[in-house]
Amino acid sequence: MTVIIYLLPVALFLGLLGLGAFLWCLKDHQYDDLKGAAYRAVMDQDAAED
Amino acid sequence: MNRIAKSATDSLGAETALNMGCCPPGQPGAGYGHLPSAPLAVPNADPSAYVRRKSDGAFELFLIVENITCPACVPDIEKALGRIPGVDQARVNLTLGRLHVTWRDPALQAGQISATLSAHGYRAIAYNAAMLDRLEDDRDRRLLRALAVAGFASANIMLLSVSIWSGNVTDMGTATRDFFHWVSALIALPTIAYAGQPFFASAWSALRAGRVNMDVPISLGVLLATLASVMESVRSGVHAYFDAAVMLLFFLLIGRYLEQNMRGRTRSVAANLLALKAVAATVIEPSGQRRSYPADQLKPGMTVFVAPGDRIPADGIVIRGRSDVDASLVTGESLPVVAGVNSQVYAGTLPLTGTLDITVTSADQDTLLGQIVELMTAAASAKSGHALLADRAARYYAPTVHVLAAATFLGWLLLGSGGWHPALMCAVAVLIITCPCALGLAIPAVQTVATGALLRWGVLLKSGDGLERLAGADTVVFDKTGTLTLGRPELIAGTGYTHDNLTLAARLAQSTRHPLATALTRALPALPHAVPVHEAAGLGVSAVIDGQLVKLGSRFWCDVPEDGPPENGASELWLKKQGSAPVRFSFRDMPRSDAAEVIAALKSLGLRIEILSGDRASAVRPLARALSVDAVTAEARPDTKLTRLQALSQQGRKVLMVGDGLNDAPALAAAYVSMSPSSAADISQTAADIVFRGENLWPVVQSIRIGRASKRRMIENLALAIIYNIIAVPLAMAGWVTPLIAALAMSGSSVIVVLNALRLGWRT
Repeated sequence: MTVIIYLLPVALFLGLLGLGAFLWCLKDHQYDDLKGAAYRAVMDQDAAED
Repeated sequence: MNRIAKSATDSLGAETALNMGCCPPGQPGAGYGHLPSAPLAVPNADPSAYVRRKSDGAFELFLIVENITCPACVPDIEKALGRIPGVDQARVNLTLGRLHVTWRDPALQAGQISATLSAHGYRAIAYNAAMLDRLEDDRDRRLLRALAVAGFASANIMLLSVSIWSGNVTDMGTATRDFFHWVSALIALPTIAYAGQPFFASAWSALRAGRVNMDVPISLGVLLATLASVMESVRSGVHAYFDAAVMLLFFLLIGRYLEQNMRGRTRSVAANLLALKAVAATVIEPSGQRRSYPADQLKPGMTVFVAPGDRIPADGIVIRGRSDVDASLVTGESLPVVAGVNSQVYAGTLPLTGTLDITVTSADQDTLLGQIVELMTAAASAKSGHALLADRAARYYAPTVHVLAAATFLGWLLLGSGGWHPALMCAVAVLIITCPCALGLAIPAVQTVATGALLRWGVLLKSGDGLERLAGADTVVFDKTGTLTLGRPELIAGTGYTHDNLTLAARLAQSTRHPLATALTRALPALPHAVPVHEAAGLGVSAVIDGQLVKLGSRFWCDVPEDGPPENGASELWLKKQGSAPVRFSFRDMPRSDAAEVIAALKSLGLRIEILSGDRASAVRPLARALSVDAVTAEARPDTKLTRLQALSQQGRKVLMVGDGLNDAPALAAAYVSMSPSSAADISQTAADIVFRGENLWPVVQSIRIGRASKRRMIENLALAIIYNIIAVPLAMAGWVTPLIAALAMSGSSVIVVLNALRLGWRT
């Protein structure tokens, strides 16, 4: 069972990575306009030409 | 039928339904009930007064774009603005309906931005970003961060706890269990210190003020559970409650977040409405130069220029120009009045046909508008506080929980044999089991689902408790003009005119914004060619067609002799072709197409109906008869409306007021609960608890139904939470609750409550 000594920190680190990514998105204002962002993904082609 | 599929199509259908109210290039009939539908361009006030300089030298401007609800508007606006030379960035926030533009070139005038938006058919109003509370945004984000941390921690601790629980029934060694407990503590302690803050802060401030709120038992439960678990880990005990403490925070944060999110949506609607009041005015300086100026900083004696289609920013006297002025939002009268030199005009009214130069006599607070707002604020603050269901529940809940926990502790200490340790563990179990997990989710979950359901009907809930009060309403009071009726005249078909005459009249009518003329053009399916006309404000228009003079306008304008007042309060327009007899067109303010149906539906829901109008009795009575409403008050001034509502509430009636005019605003604020159509005056929308879109009244019925259903759901949820407690608390007091049972009970009750709330969405 000694393997959990390594596995637990690894698992927690991976989890923290995900949490960190979420908090970064939040800080980056990616959650300010959920509705708009959903549609931007499909409509940006035209904007890129400008 | 598959429920999920059904709800998916429902929401799709709703999206398209909502989108109909929107959408660009100024399609006629897009939303604004009171504005004669403008051909393509809509006038926008000059926003330069609201341009701000950022610290890095760039300029920025925040705008609220009124008619942007569908995604297609986003690239349309952003590309159009991006084409203006100098603009660095234009970014639309679709969720909030706001636009942020930045640029560095000082030569770029803010007027260009609003002009571009005008040309694309968007109504945009600049606002002061400092006015909209940024602190609140910050709090939203902090809550979401706490939620993320609690979610991460509770998932990880739960994994460890599952191992411990299965270890307890198999052969896990004490060392391994202790190790798992300590890892749990390592995750739980920082999480509780961070994610528990919203609850601790609120509990602390309540305690300092000598009160007890819902957060006190929550904080106490979480802290005691953590403390006891740390002690258990130290003495290598079997039971630790780290998972329960963190999961509790996680569930409660979800409830908090739902609530905050809904309030945030409400707040942004309210803030948008408030900002709309502060439109810019165009001031003519003594030197003759025109300058954009915030309307709330106008002083008496200044001269303002108002173009047709712009609201008059302050009360004043006309010194130049002549125009028909639409005062419907102020007086409830559906027909415009003529304003010429020396006429008094009021803030909030709308010139239709000509430009006006006005000397301001009173501005901001002193205007008629300001006085109505004051009356409204007074009425709103006098309204008796409505105790929310959740607050009423909390008042009994917190003391009960504390007494039970204390009794458990003392009982075990005095009667048990194990000393203080099992006593403390049992008390902690009681606190955890009773922690209002389900209670914390019971009401926000219902509110969130109901808000979504209402949104599908185009109904915006502005105040969080509007739903609960809506359910309690037993009387509905309607305003007439603009609420029961469309607030705009419609041509009465087939009364003494031929199709050729109508086509001819429409050719002239196209060039003017007068509501009767607009009604005339609306009556034709396809518009004939327009002709250049000469317009005499307050009288009519004339044009020369095939060498013949044709006039369209008032009786006087067309030289028709007076023959008594028109029947039934109808208004009229005359067409006079040189050398032939004059032709009459009659108009009436038509009731909304589903008005009768709505009144009948409301009656069948057991509500009493009343009409309270500022219009003439001769116009109100026939409508009331047609809709079979008995209780009618006509010619009511804003303060009469207010008195009537107060009288009703003194009789113990809970009134839902539905109105749109400025004259309704005090009554809307005083009513138990109030609704406004989105075509209403800004002030009325601010005063109302609920705003609904579209041409129909049916959302009123639907809102009451959803309100009642959600109230039922809330009570059911509270009952479920209480039943759960009645079962779980004795078990906890008896000391039979282990961390495993606590975790199951807690998540089980929360899931049941949320599912029950979701049923609301499936039904409606």
